[in-house]
Amino acid sequence: MATALAHAEPEPAPSLRLGRRLARNRLTLLGGTVVLLFVLVALFAPFLAPFDPIESNWLAVRKPPFTTFWLGTDELGRDILSRLIWGDRAWLLAGVLPVAIAVVVGVPFGILAAYVRGWVDALIGRLTEALLACPFLILAIALAAFPGPSLGNATIAIGISATPIFVRLARGQTMAVLAEDHVLGARAVGCPHRWIVLVYVLPNIAAPILVQATLAIAGAIIAEASLYFLGLGQQPPAPSWGSMLNTAKNFMSQAPRMSVSPGLAIGLVVPAFDLLGDGLRDALDPRES
Amino acid sequence: MLEAIAGRLLIAVPTVLLVSVIVFALQLLLPADPALALAGEERDPVAIAQIRALHHLDRPIPVRHLLRLAGLVRGDLGTSLETGLPVAELIASELPVTIELALLAMLVALAIGIPAGVAAAVRKGGTIDAAANPVALAGISIPNFWLGIVLIPLVSVRWNLLPASGYTSPFEAPVRILQTTIVPAFVLGTGIAAVMMRHTRNAMLTVLRQDYVRTARAMGPTERRVVGRHALRNALLPVVTLGTLELGTLLSGAVLTEQVFTIPGFGELVVDAVFTRDYPVVQGVVLCAGLGFVLMSLLADLLYVVLNPRLRT
Repeated sequence: MATALAHAEPEPAPSLRLGRRLARNRLTLLGGTVVLLFVLVALFAPFLAPFDPIESNWLAVRKPPFTTFWLGTDELGRDILSRLIWGDRAWLLAGVLPVAIAVVVGVPFGILAAYVRGWVDALIGRLTEALLACPFLILAIALAAFPGPSLGNATIAIGISATPIFVRLARGQTMAVLAEDHVLGARAVGCPHRWIVLVYVLPNIAAPILVQATLAIAGAIIAEASLYFLGLGQQPPAPSWGSMLNTAKNFMSQAPRMSVSPGLAIGLVVPAFDLLGDGLRDALDPRES
Repeated sequence: MLEAIAGRLLIAVPTVLLVSVIVFALQLLLPADPALALAGEERDPVAIAQIRALHHLDRPIPVRHLLRLAGLVRGDLGTSLETGLPVAELIASELPVTIELALLAMLVALAIGIPAGVAAAVRKGGTIDAAANPVALAGISIPNFWLGIVLIPLVSVRWNLLPASGYTSPFEAPVRILQTTIVPAFVLGTGIAAVMMRHTRNAMLTVLRQDYVRTARAMGPTERRVVGRHALRNALLPVVTLGTLELGTLLSGAVLTEQVFTIPGFGELVVDAVFTRDYPVVQGVVLCAGLGFVLMSLLADLLYVVLNPRLRT
């Protein structure tokens, strides 16, 4: 009957429909464009940055903007625009990688908990709760502190702190999928577990996880900036927005503009991911169509 | 109701135990042997063996954890490597500062978030509603430490209003304390205010559509009374639940805010401890934060019972 219906009302491919629905929402489009722009800047950083982001120039310390240096220079005479552009790369790494870690670790555990139930579910549930009980940043600080502060450790720390939400989400979604008739049928005829997870569960839980991932990137960027601000991420002189803000803090009375551009960059990217995530949620929710 | 509370307490116990396991496991992440790290410059094998025995590092990991748990029950969180003081004492002296900051910030968040949410919902599509969304998005997206950095020169240098940093005990000078804490509390509270506003608006919109609100209106009281007495009380229920999720944000945010305004609290303690590699202090702080979070969730659950008469039987 499903095929008959499909013939009666030709519908565009699901991906096309999704694209159209996304494009219909202007805010989502705006968010997506800003995200794309920042990704492009990160990719082409070496070609876009007018100066070396690390090399200091003692003849141009704390120069005002709109001169040779569009956004001025910092306390070591480094071009702020170039540092901002290279810092864009740092956030792309530190925003996307932790979320990738959280998804790769969290989703299988969530599916496992929902699939096996019993004590495995209880153990994973309690562990998730305990991880959620440790405040995100404090846990990330501790995770970054013990092995020593570095970009890699900060990334892993943010990733681990972001994992529990994905475990919970994947577990809840998987439970719902497993209760559906066609999955019960597949299990009844003896489909192997691997097959059920790959063919029935994963495609059906992908949408909410994608939405959560987009929103989690926004959270990871702030967490990243926070850790760097505390000096627990990328070590100087490598450029990152968080560490730029950390330095700017010390020069607020002499050169308050030093804090403006990295703050604005964060203030642009984070809501962009938020808008994109919200739009994705609306577009992927069948009730919204 | 008592049963509900007891049940909730019972669920909290394994969570707290697991938090302690996680905190303890952090030590396994140390790149080197903790005994070597503790010994510092000293490389004398006898001294290292002594340290190993003192901190039970020669015992198997589960035994070590049980020993620590036993200490924990007695209120012993270990000793700071840097100052030699008991970690519990250090935390107890810094904690009031952070609690005060967090409470004030929560007040700011509630005082801004709930009225704004109600106003946006009551006049849906109006000016306040139209402005609320972008403002809330900005409130959520702007890192609070950035807001703090930007506010310091404005408030303290240009407007000459408040001391930008430093801390006074509330017992010494209650007025001064408000002056010194209100800006950090505002900085910390705005992001949560934005979240609160969103939740309140959504909850109010749902409640205002309900039949009983229409019935209440039909009885002819003022709109203010309908909104305040009938709608808001019910709308606050989901706000309390969702607001609980912000408690972690509050604690994390406090760390950053303290750093920006150089307030000697919990946050400063842990950040300093990270840089001096004072691991027992870091562990103690994480443990306390986890305990605090579990405790606050419990309190929020109790508040929920108080607000919702249906759960009181």
